[in-house]
Amino acid sequence: MNKENGQKVVIELQNVKRDFRVGSETVRALRGVSFKIHEGEFVTIMGTSGSGKSTLLNQLGCLDTPTSGEYILDGTPVRSMRRSERAILRNRKIGFIFQNYNLLANTTAVENVELPLMYNKTYNAKQRRQAAIRALQAVGLGDRLEHKSNQMSGGQMQRVAIARALVNNPAVVLADEATGNLDTRTSFEILCLFQELHRQGRTIIFVTHNPDIALYSSRNIMLRDGVICEDKENTSILDAREALAALPKEDE
Amino acid sequence: MSIKNLLKVAFTAILSNKFRSFLSMLGIIIGVAAVIIMMAIGQGSKQSVRDDLSKMGTNLLTIRPGADMRGGVRRDPSEMQTLKMADYESIVSEATLVTHVSPEVTSSGQVIYGAKNTTTSVYGESPEYLDIKLWTVENGSCFTEEDVKKSAKVCVVGKTIVQELFGDKNFDAVGKTIRFKSIPFRIVGILKAKGYNNWGMDQDNVMIAPYTTVMKRLSAQTYFNSIVMSALSEELSDDATEEVTNILRRNHKIKEEDESDFTIRSQQEWMETMSSTMDTITIILVVAAAFSLLVAGIGIMNIMLVSVTERTKEIGLRMSVGARGIDIMSQFLIESIMISLTGALLGIALGYGGSWMAKHFFMLPSSVPLWSVGLSFSVCAFIGIFFGYVPARKAARMDPIEALRYE
Ligand SMILES: Nc1ncnc2c1ncn2[C@@H]1O[C@H](COP(=O)(O)OP(=O)(O)OP(=O)(O)O)[C@@H](O)[C@H]1O
Ligand SMILES: [Mg+2]
Repeated sequence: MNKENGQKVVIELQNVKRDFRVGSETVRALRGVSFKIHEGEFVTIMGTSGSGKSTLLNQLGCLDTPTSGEYILDGTPVRSMRRSERAILRNRKIGFIFQNYNLLANTTAVENVELPLMYNKTYNAKQRRQAAIRALQAVGLGDRLEHKSNQMSGGQMQRVAIARALVNNPAVVLADEATGNLDTRTSFEILCLFQELHRQGRTIIFVTHNPDIALYSSRNIMLRDGVICEDKENTSILDAREALAALPKEDE
Repeated sequence: MSIKNLLKVAFTAILSNKFRSFLSMLGIIIGVAAVIIMMAIGQGSKQSVRDDLSKMGTNLLTIRPGADMRGGVRRDPSEMQTLKMADYESIVSEATLVTHVSPEVTSSGQVIYGAKNTTTSVYGESPEYLDIKLWTVENGSCFTEEDVKKSAKVCVVGKTIVQELFGDKNFDAVGKTIRFKSIPFRIVGILKAKGYNNWGMDQDNVMIAPYTTVMKRLSAQTYFNSIVMSALSEELSDDATEEVTNILRRNHKIKEEDESDFTIRSQQEWMETMSSTMDTITIILVVAAAFSLLVAGIGIMNIMLVSVTERTKEIGLRMSVGARGIDIMSQFLIESIMISLTGALLGIALGYGGSWMAKHFFMLPSSVPLWSVGLSFSVCAFIGIFFGYVPARKAARMDPIEALRYE
């Protein structure tokens, strides 16, 4: 099912389980998930509400640790790591994009994008700014560098968030319903951006409710009750640019 | 995160909530100002008391009857009459480390000139007394050894008496005769003004007469109230004390193992006693002020806890992009240190202002000791760390996922 044509494995999950204790009950959000994701894949993860998508993504993003099973990110086993080591891993290897953008209030676009590099001592102030500007240009916001987060539209804020996720040149970009708060047109614009990143060879994992989005990715994983019920490669990837062009123009 | 960026983040956070930050600083500001003003007044008073005492001669030694009272033992009245003429004569003839000696008998009462009168103290002394106490005669001269021998009814008076009896403190009263307890005293000299000392005592309200006159004609006593003398130098005070002690013990036939029936105190000791009393008062005041700093610290902790809770989402975000616990911890610690140190700086400024006002408007001797500034500053740095620690740790221990979800 997965292509094993010499591509590097970026993510490997080995029978990952995650239980939550709520009072006396145990909620088994992930009941043994295993898969490998190779460099350059654009994976969408779908499933009904409560099926464990966000929980899975938090595992992949090193924000949470599995109850059992192992997670290997870019060759590094994560489960036994200390909190601070996971923080460094998040800083260097992961770009996270949230549904609600999570930008710092009253802070300019470029400062928001600089944030991950603030926690990376190998960057000095000048390099940090340059990297942030480059990332913002890559998402088409080169002319909005000094705009504050509360002066931007939802689509623009999400682009800033994407630039922030890219600025550290991560091994994998994770998005949890990144288009969930956006209208159709803006969603497609963001999708174009992700496809562009995919073409450049980025590894992307994109959690979504929208089955259409799966058509634009290279692989789709379906979750049901904390287990994978379907894992399918997409051989005929649609082009979001065409879909965007086909959308009826909105009146000003 | 680098220190520079941490400072910037903390600064932005403080500025984004100016009024609240100022309120939490206020406790520190008031506390530090109070500590500094207390210390300034304490130090200033101590210094001026020392100055006062040294104006009376730093090599002054005083012999009083009775054993050392510092233990708090009650005096037996019979002990009070142990200083006799023979003691004075022995000191004069035998003591080598002593320059001037004067026996002292005192009496107080009304002094009268014509229809005017005033209450004063008469000091019966030898002419050397003026040299011992560093008094100078402005008009006329002091009485002489001759006057002492004859128990002459002459005296030297301070300016206050001149003012009270003659209506003008600059009046040349030399040659006038005043009455004390119905004995007429002819004024032979007027003392140069000394003003008030730090205990509010008018040093110019004195009348000095030959001790023989006071003993025979006024108080009919054969013993002295005390003997005052000058050591050769301040450094020789202790040696002179020992020498005189030996002379008096021999005169009084005190056995080796018994306690002396007199006490010799040097001005040096007086200064130390005074200083340590002043120090105790200062410490009590400073401790009281320091408690307000403690309360201020709790205020900062409170504000920081609120600030951490308010910024839960920001903390979650920072963690998700790679901030470690220690990064978050430093961010909030630096913020609380910044609040307390800014408060300290403003408090120090206010303290200087307060000390200046105490001096110029309330005439209190006040000078800010530099070390109190350093001390306040370090205490505030400590307060920032100590009271910032709990909120900072709370922030650092947050779970990134839950923090991100916080609304
Ligand atoms: N911190 C938690 N404590 C307790 N239970 C949790 C916690 N986080 C998730 N769960 C439970 O785990 C299950 C999976 O949740 P998750 O958020 O992964 O679902 P999801 O697939 O992302 O759903 P949605 O599409 O609505 O976002 C749910 O039943 C949820 O109640
Ligand atoms: Mg979810």
